[in-house]
Amino acid sequence: MSKDNQILEEFTSKEYEHGWSVNYEADEAPIGLNEDIIRWISAKKEEPQWLLDWRLKAFKAWLDMKEPEWANVTYPKIDLQALRYYSAPKQSKKPKNLDEIDPELLQIYERLGISLNEQKRLQGIAVDAVLDSVSVGTTFKETLSKLGIVFCSFSEAVQEHPELIKKYLGSVVPMTDNYYAALNSAVFSDGSFCYIPSGVRCPMELSTYFRINAANTGQFERTLIVAEDDSYVSYLEGCTAPQRDENQLHAAVVEIYAAKNAEVKYSTVQNWFPGDKNGKGGIYNFVTKRGICAGDNSKISWTQVETGSAVTWKYPSCILKGDNSVGEFYSVAVTNNYQQADTGTKMIHIGKNTKSRIVSKGISAGHSQNSYRGQVQVMKRATNARNFSQCDSLLMGSKCGAHTFPYIDIQNSSAMVEHEATTSKIGEDQLFYCNQRGISSEDAVALIVNGYAKEVLNQLPMEFAVEAQKLLALTLEGSVG
Amino acid sequence: MATAIITDILETLLKSSNTTSFPAIREKAKTLALEKGLPEIKEEEYKFTAIQRKLEKSITDFSTAKNISLTTAHIQDALPEGYEGDFLVFNNGRVDLELSKLSKQGYEATLLSSSASDLFGTIAKNEKDVFTAINTSGFEDGIHIQVKKNQKVEKPIHLLFFNQTNEGQVIPTRVLIEIEENAEASFLENSISLDETPYFFNQVVEVKAAQNSKSHYAKLQNESRQAVSVSNFETNIYRDAVFSHTVISLNGDMVRNNLSLNLLDSGVEGNMYGLYLLNGKTHVDNHTNVDHTKPNSDSNELYKGILADSSRGVFNGKIFVRQDAQKTNAFQQNNNILLSEDATINTKPQLEIWADDVKCSHGCTTGQLDEEALFYLQARGIAKDQAKGLLLFAFAGEILEHISDEPFKNHITNLVKERLGSNI
Repeated sequence: MSKDNQILEEFTSKEYEHGWSVNYEADEAPIGLNEDIIRWISAKKEEPQWLLDWRLKAFKAWLDMKEPEWANVTYPKIDLQALRYYSAPKQSKKPKNLDEIDPELLQIYERLGISLNEQKRLQGIAVDAVLDSVSVGTTFKETLSKLGIVFCSFSEAVQEHPELIKKYLGSVVPMTDNYYAALNSAVFSDGSFCYIPSGVRCPMELSTYFRINAANTGQFERTLIVAEDDSYVSYLEGCTAPQRDENQLHAAVVEIYAAKNAEVKYSTVQNWFPGDKNGKGGIYNFVTKRGICAGDNSKISWTQVETGSAVTWKYPSCILKGDNSVGEFYSVAVTNNYQQADTGTKMIHIGKNTKSRIVSKGISAGHSQNSYRGQVQVMKRATNARNFSQCDSLLMGSKCGAHTFPYIDIQNSSAMVEHEATTSKIGEDQLFYCNQRGISSEDAVALIVNGYAKEVLNQLPMEFAVEAQKLLALTLEGSVG
Repeated sequence: MATAIITDILETLLKSSNTTSFPAIREKAKTLALEKGLPEIKEEEYKFTAIQRKLEKSITDFSTAKNISLTTAHIQDALPEGYEGDFLVFNNGRVDLELSKLSKQGYEATLLSSSASDLFGTIAKNEKDVFTAINTSGFEDGIHIQVKKNQKVEKPIHLLFFNQTNEGQVIPTRVLIEIEENAEASFLENSISLDETPYFFNQVVEVKAAQNSKSHYAKLQNESRQAVSVSNFETNIYRDAVFSHTVISLNGDMVRNNLSLNLLDSGVEGNMYGLYLLNGKTHVDNHTNVDHTKPNSDSNELYKGILADSSRGVFNGKIFVRQDAQKTNAFQQNNNILLSEDATINTKPQLEIWADDVKCSHGCTTGQLDEEALFYLQARGIAKDQAKGLLLFAFAGEILEHISDEPFKNHITNLVKERLGSNI
């Protein structure tokens, strides 16, 4: 037992790898939140009048909304007036391509292991890097544009493709959807926009990398992915933040629109700073993610590996509107120390023969709380809807908690819905079996956890799967239950 | 809004009831009920059951229903064929000892007002559900059943609730059951509507299952299509005791059952079984709650539903495993079959686990009959309708098996058979 404790100790004292911060000159909005700030952000980004009006409308709606309290998380109230809503690295002029980007900014991303320069040479992933409030650079733009694919920062898209933004912005997550989505709609600063035209299969993975650097800043980015008929795209999202004592807010909105026969695969490895081992600091991650399978035979697949953030509140959802459309949700959520995660999905079956699959694996250690909250809804006219949900929890240590809140609402007699959940710890017999064969307890735990999460990790694109496996090992190594 | 209604309800109810016993407890409950108000559908616990609207619509007069004239013929009709055990008659919620048959072998049954037990009001908490608070402040008299230490009561005790009001009134009723150390007993319950007028049946049952005791409570809900029924059933279970609860819901307008098993010590086994077989517009909401507080206890739960026409079923099962409750085994299962396009099921099997060395699982399915099983039977010359009936009966049968009293089980089995025959 003493050895177990020692290993546990080692593991809990493990530092957050991306905890550094860089001082760069920043262009910042004054602290606080009011209409003037929104006008300031909008002016800064040289936005058209309709977008400003849209923001202000969202802000008005937000003023009447209350912070949601139903989630199984507790945290001190955030003083939204004490936050800065815009912070951007100062650049003398807008970079036209990567060569013009401030080398200091590129270095930040080098340190994160995402070399924007290298991306230029190596075939692989196109990256849109977002630092605090703005996108600092997008790689592979030209290659993609030859196929008609638009992949750029949100602000750029507002300037260059206003008709697309106007058509799809807020079409999946309405501005008044919830408290944080409304706040995001009012103050969002940047994000990524991706448009795949009809019949195009995106030849590479598209990726956004988010980093919060400045102190006391909220990051509110907005991602919009539109996949036209018969198109395909795989999209990755990653994120880190410096280690700071105070809590920072991240309230993003991701919208996915999939037309007829389109397929969108969205993968996230979330590694925001989770707070130190006493639960101090860390990111509040309140994110609204939703996709709509608008056309027949379309498919949206969410995969997430959640290891960071002090508090996570995130439910990537699918509205299965088109007939024969498919929604998938694969999730591994790891919480340690004083982290709290309330995450899950919503599958709303509207079209005929729609299918959804939910696989959620929760792992809790330390004093953390890990909740799965999901909903499967089968509407009246969704004939032959099919759902399978599985949510398993693994507990390590006796001070953590694992909770499951599945809602299953069925209004159609031809629906087939299955839900199963289990909660357990790593079995002594499993450990013993491994020990017996000469595998140390520590390796055995890694082996078992990896096997436990494999179903989800398998869904990740190769580049991400490596990072995710590393993160899992880092977070759980040696935590013999 | 909600508070206006509750004030109205409580005033009318208390004015018409004789509530002299337990003055302090009742007063407290009243204050609490007034504070809380009726649950709105915005509240998580009553999200799918708009009880407030239902009460407003079907209950015209919130006064306590007066006694009805009951005869032994009523009782003979209500008892299952071949039933031999004791029975306890409730006339619009009030205990009628004269019509009851109580052998009192191994147990004692006294009016709550005269037993004045310290246990009263300590198991079913008024804070938990406003309908418990309304019941505590407004019921007239109830029964206190005490199964004596080391006694085994061979035959079951059957609680018969006869309900009839003239114009939609309230029927509050209260039961306190105490099963002492090493004692064994089983209870049956049936609510009988004598006509089709609406009423609001407001029941609270408190059970204490002491160390090493064994008990079973089986309940049939087959009331009229107008009956609104809210039942709060709360059980405290102590070391090495076994307690099982079975509920079969067949009829009613809106039925809400809150069932809680509090596993207060080690070695406890708590079982919950339920079947809701619904048609018409019946709405049945089963909320169950198992609270594991100490190590080495087990709980099992199986609820099954068959929903036809525009009926609605709600299942919400909570399992709590507290930090101390290591080595807990908790299983929960909810299976549903929808037979019509207009039927709805809302189910929420919920786990909240704070201990690591536990085995907990829940499963939930909603679907139709297995096509292959149907085909198999048809291939052997069984007509489709009959085959469907057979399969549905087999699906329901798993719950019926948990009722140990043969006459009661046969009675319910016949009702289930009749229902399945008429619906497919």
